Amino acid sequence: MKRADVLRDITPVIRDHLVVCNIGHPSQELHQIDDQPTNFYMLGTMGLCSSIGLGLALVQPKTVIAIDGDGSVLTNLGTLPTIANNVADNYILLIIDNGAYGSTGDQPTYAGKKTSLAGMARAAGCENVIECRAEETRGALEAAIAARKMAVIVCKCASGSDKVPVIAKDPVTIRDRFMAAVAG
Amino acid sequence: MSLSKRIVDDLVANDISFVTTVPCKQLGGVIEEVEARAEILHVPSNKEDEGMGLCAGAYLGGKRSAIIMQNTALGITVNALATLIQFYRMPLPMLISYRGELREPVACQVEMALHTKAILSQLHIPTYHFHKASDAEELDAILKYTFMCNKPVAILTDASFWGGY
Repeated sequence: MKRADVLRDITPVIRDHLVVCNIGHPSQELHQIDDQPTNFYMLGTMGLCSSIGLGLALVQPKTVIAIDGDGSVLTNLGTLPTIANNVADNYILLIIDNGAYGSTGDQPTYAGKKTSLAGMARAAGCENVIECRAEETRGALEAAIAARKMAVIVCKCASGSDKVPVIAKDPVTIRDRFMAAVAG
Repeated sequence: MSLSKRIVDDLVANDISFVTTVPCKQLGGVIEEVEARAEILHVPSNKEDEGMGLCAGAYLGGKRSAIIMQNTALGITVNALATLIQFYRMPLPMLISYRGELREPVACQVEMALHTKAILSQLHIPTYHFHKASDAEELDAILKYTFMCNKPVAILTDASFWGGY
């Protein structure tokens, strides 16, 4: 399974929750597969998906799922200790780890080589870290949402992206729609 | 009343309830005060652009946020400012320690001080420079201005403002 297959599989699970989605192909694929007002699409800013998700989870009670990538987390590794030390039990960080920088042409990441993001999250102090295969992601997500306990899920999947258009929505439109969904 | 307490009083009076900080000697008193206030959730960050991500998330959650940082790291926040805070039109007060100005003992700090206002100007970020203790009287108006226009706004506080390094 590639990232888009994982997204198609988890759509029914994440649809009713607040989702912050990583820049590039992940947001474009999610937008194409199941656009929802509860989705915040990042149009830029590599690396900050998990940080935006944590900030959102810390200030309001609804479940927040940050859909990040291995390359993006490697860009902002300081996020793992911040997440570990500021526990929000309504926060799930889902790292779709395909071992590649998908939006720039599938160049390999170190997470696809020797580096374990699950191991790094545990070493950072995250207490509930699950590494799973792509086809187990949906079940892991359902369990994490039901548990109401902060979780980091590392989903190991194949590289490659769907051919989908860029998101043409205005950033302020995305923001306003999302903030209304948060408050609603 | 101490300058630090006065500054944090203004943050609280303007409904800022989420503050992220990256340590700085000059801003140590403000950071302590932020940590002590029950009205503020203080989340220290490891890097300034990470902190801007946290602030963006808190804003999306309906809370007013602020970042406290040093000017030496301004360069690494350019992308976060342009493509997140400005692109999505989010308000963000940035209380910045302006190292490398008069009374600075560390020569290397001067190097980023020389670029600080130029970077802020290039990004079209409204910038206020606190040099004398009385300049802090404008903070309340600056915060109101920030949340009126939904922009990042920089408040540079130099060593003279803090009474020497």
